[in-house]
This record gives sequence, structure tokens and C-alpha cells, in this order.
Amino acid sequence: MLFSENFKIALRALRANKMRSVLTILGIVIGVATVVALLSIGKGASASITDQIENGGSNLLTISPGKIQVGLPSLGQSRQTSRMYYSDYQTLERLLATDVSAVVPVYQASYMVKFGDESFTANISGVVAEHKDIRSFTMAGGRFITDGDNKSGALTAVLGDQIARDLFGSLYPVGKTISINGVKFQVVGVLEAKGSSLGSPDELIFIPIETGYKKLFGDSAAYNGKKTVNSILVSVLDSDKTDEISARAEFILRRSHNIATADESDFNVLSQSDTLETLNTVTQTLTIFLGAIAGISLLVGGIGIMNIMLVSVTERTKEIGLRKAVGATRNQILTQFLIETITLSLLGGILGILLGVGIASAFSVSGLIASVITADSIMLAFTFSLIIGVFFGIYPAFRAANLHPMVALRYE
Amino acid sequence: MIETSGLTKVYQMGGDKVHALDGASFTVNKGEMLAIMGPSGSGKSTLMSIIGCLDAPSGGTYVLDGVSVENLDESSLAEIRGRKIGFVFQQFNLLARTSALENVMLPLTYAGVSGSERQERAMKALERVGLGQRTHHAPNELSGGQQQRVAIARALVNEPAILLADEPTGALDSKTSVEIMSLFQSLHRENGQSVILVTHDAYVARHTERIIKLSDGRIVSDQPNPNPIQAGAAREE
Repeated sequence: MLFSENFKIALRALRANKMRSVLTILGIVIGVATVVALLSIGKGASASITDQIENGGSNLLTISPGKIQVGLPSLGQSRQTSRMYYSDYQTLERLLATDVSAVVPVYQASYMVKFGDESFTANISGVVAEHKDIRSFTMAGGRFITDGDNKSGALTAVLGDQIARDLFGSLYPVGKTISINGVKFQVVGVLEAKGSSLGSPDELIFIPIETGYKKLFGDSAAYNGKKTVNSILVSVLDSDKTDEISARAEFILRRSHNIATADESDFNVLSQSDTLETLNTVTQTLTIFLGAIAGISLLVGGIGIMNIMLVSVTERTKEIGLRKAVGATRNQILTQFLIETITLSLLGGILGILLGVGIASAFSVSGLIASVITADSIMLAFTFSLIIGVFFGIYPAFRAANLHPMVALRYE
Repeated sequence: MIETSGLTKVYQMGGDKVHALDGASFTVNKGEMLAIMGPSGSGKSTLMSIIGCLDAPSGGTYVLDGVSVENLDESSLAEIRGRKIGFVFQQFNLLARTSALENVMLPLTYAGVSGSERQERAMKALERVGLGQRTHHAPNELSGGQQQRVAIARALVNEPAILLADEPTGALDSKTSVEIMSLFQSLHRENGQSVILVTHDAYVARHTERIIKLSDGRIVSDQPNPNPIQAGAAREE
């Protein structure tokens, strides 16, 4: 008895109960589709995260105020109690000079932005010239903020891609004048779009930080008469030394903030690899969670198939008896029903793979996440459905094979 | 060709032992056509199962076509059923949604006969039962008589030592029954096919040359029937 003949028998039996077959494999279809879509989207997500991090520079340290928080912040404890000052930036720049390519301060606040009839609230980022290289920005037109702008306190602004679109539509922004919180700024440059990556500049407006302190940020940027910053970015020369520089920066700041040895720092130093790790943990947790759901779906689907196969064996008792009467051996009946179950589950697997690939592609097309469909995930899904077919098919097949031919023939 | 001696079959029914067959001994020669008769509960179904190798006897010996079968395991019995026995059942037992040709090919498939030979032999068997024109019809497109002919073709296709028919006309009207009995007789007469009919119907049994009567698991009579009824004789001549 050839495999192809068993396969033909299986297809005929499944065609005989089309609706039932379709409903039976639905569980497998959903389970497999989830697995494939999940793996593709997960892989796409982590690829894009890695890509973003590398894009942002793996040798970038971000220093921001506040304690490193583990879990949720407890009630009543405000994060705003700690601050970082412009002087911290100056100290770091002086003391780290030889090992870093740049140290830059950032002060960020949101203000009403206006051009013509368009007006909305946007984040304004006060920066220095080196900011562009540290964050690997590319200009779409014009120039970035320069040292000259900062020295002279020039009222110049550089727009992120999305902001430029929102404010100017199809107009070319460079040379135009916009109003930020009532102060007139001249647009000198527009950045290229970076997409929905981490810390994307698309929705930011950059101005010289010195101009900001003098003309825009006002009192909110000062504390005890000292200028504050939101964050300090450090670009390390040798990416192997990132950890070492990170430790040194922490030491320098602790000393200048007069923090006792036993106390925690009132700021934290985050490298891009820390961010990557955190994000990967989140992605992994999500993948495991959804994977468990997919697993349960596959299990339920498998039980459904087993249930239907048991019904089928009972319904076809007479057929089994006849087959045995005309010479079918136990093994031949066993193989027949096993192949029938495997056909069912593989059919579900193939449909599930198609559906999963469809879902993953839909995610890509919609621009949500560029999913990556790999042969691995498809093979895994295929193997999974094969295993389910064998596992849940073996019992019904044994039931069929063990029927006594005479009893089966007389079954009504 | 069939030699049985002291065949017994004991079933366990709850706490009681039921002797469905209680020492049946008889011999069937090649080319014989006989009937096994008896009311229901007489043990004729049990005897048929054992002769047909569907079931093993509890005791006694059974030699079929030179092979001692009483102690064979399941898969050897399956092989013997496929090679030496052709079954015909009351309810035809054809596979639904499967053409007549494929139904007839089924025993050859299990016997491992190659595809082209299978088809050729199945065609020949269908022609022999007069259904050469209906090979691609599914059972639900055939009349009861035609379905039973397909079943007979299926029983013949392996050139079995014995054709074992269990109430073959039980589900047919009298006119069709005559046709089927006529077919059995012609197979016996023209092809020298050994045929055993298992029936409770004395009229059907009288179409054969020898009648074995069973009662309570024992053979109560085993006599030749010198003038068997010739089914449809009037029409055929």
C-alpha cells in the first residue's frame, strides 16, 4: 500500500465532510498563523530596534536626571526632584575631553509653534552644533545649528521632517520665519526623515541652546540661578570603552553633585546597549506570552482533530471492517488513519502559514513593523503541525486498527 | 479444501460462557457449492467468521487450502483473507463515493498488486458480473442488484479459493435475488468457483448442491441436495 494511495483515501474522506474538515483544522490554522506572524513580526521588531540603536550610535551615552527606577515609581515620589545643570555639561566636557568625540547638552521643552494659519504645540530642543554628528542626522536642506548661532544667540531653527510637513505642507521651509511662543525664528535647515526610530528627530524643532536660555526657556530653565539641562549626550571615541567612560562620567557627576558614597545617584547614565537590552527583554516577554497563546491554540486545535478523528473512526467502523475483510492488515489501517490525521493537520499548517505570512505582510505594508518572514519560522510551523498530526492521530488510528474485523463488520 | 475438525467458539458474556460453536467438523471440496443454514443464534455467523478467517476458533482445527489457520496471528489472517477468501455481505459494504472499479480494486491494493494490473483485473471481474459498462458509477448511482454485483466482483477479483456469501439476497427484492443467485450458480458451474452461502432462508439454500444445517452450535444435518433450483432457468433457456 503506497503512501499516495493512503493520501488519496484521506483526501476523499476529508472531502466527504468538507465543512467538518474545515472547522476541524481551524484551530491549527489559527495556531500556526499566530506562530508564523509572531515570529516574523518579532524578528522584524528586534531587527529594527537593533538597527535603530546602531543608527543612533552604539557609543552614545545618555545622562539624564532621576534615579534608575526598578519597577513602578512609588506614589508621592516625584521624579522631578533631581536636576542636572549646564555646569555638569561643562565639567564633563572638560574632564572627559580626551576620550570622547563630543559631549553635548540638551534642553527640551514644548511651546506653541506658528506659521501662517498653522499652529500647534511642538517639542523644542536647545542643542549645540555637535548634536548633528552625535545623532547622525542628515540634512534634507539648509544647514544645522552652528557654533556661531550659539555664540551670537541667533534666532535660527532647524525642523524635523514631520514638523516641516505639518507647518509648511509643500512649501520649502528654509528661509521662512516661524514663531515659537511668540518669538520669531528663521528656519535655516530641515532634517531628513528618520522614521519611527528611537528618539527620532522627525517631530522636533532644534534651536541653539544659548538662544533658548536667553530668549525662550526663561525661568523654567533655571534653578537656584543655575541653568538646567534635560540630558547630556556623550559620544565615546572607542566603543569598547563605553562602559569605562560611563563609569567615569558617573563618578565625575557624583562628585560635583556631592553625593555620599552610600547614596544613590540623582541621575542615570544609559548606554544604547542598555536601551537595547531593555527593549529586547520587553520584546522577548511579549513573544513568549503570545507564543504561549499560540501554543494553547495549537493544543486545542490538536485535541479538536483527535476528537473528530475518533468520531470518524466510529462512523466508519463498517468501512474498517470491510477493509480488514478484504485483506487490510492492522498496520495498513493504522497508516491509513494516521495519514488522514496528518493530512488534516498539515492542511491546517499550510493554510496557517499562508495566513501568518499574510498577517506579517499586512504589518509590513501598514508600516507598523517591517516583519521579517524567515524560512526558519515556516519550517517550524510546518514541523509543528506535522507533530500535532502524529501525536493526536496515533490514538484514533490505534482505535481503528484494533477493531475486530467481525465486530466491525456487524457494527450498526 | 476446507477441513475442519471439532471447531469450537466460546464467548464470555458477563459471567457466563456461551458456546456459539460447539464442535463443528466438516469438509468442503474444491468447486463445491453449498449452503450453511440455521436460524439466528444457531452459530452460523460464528462459523462463517471462522471459515472466513475473520475470527479465530477457541478450539479445534481448520485447514484452508492446505494452510493450518487456527493458530495464525492477525496479520497472517488478514493476508489469507485477502488472498483466499472473497466475501459477499447482505448490505454489500461498498465504499461510498468510490467508483465501482475502485471498490473492486480494493482487495488488490491491499495485496500489493501494481496499478495497471489492478485496473485490468478489476475490469475483468466487473465484466464477469455483467457490469462492464458501469465501472465509474459510485454505489449511490447503482441499484441494489448492481451494487451486489459490484460486491461479488470485488470478492472474485483475487481469484479466491472460496466465495463466502452471508445472506447475499437478504437486502434484495425477489426478482433481483434470482439474478444474484443465478450469478452465483453460473460462477460455480462455468468457473468452478467454490461457493459457500450462509443463510437462514431454505429457498435460497436449495439453490446449492449440499446443505449443512446448524442448531445450537452443532451441525445437525449435512446432506447433498441432488436437484438444486436453477435460478432464472426459465428465462435463461
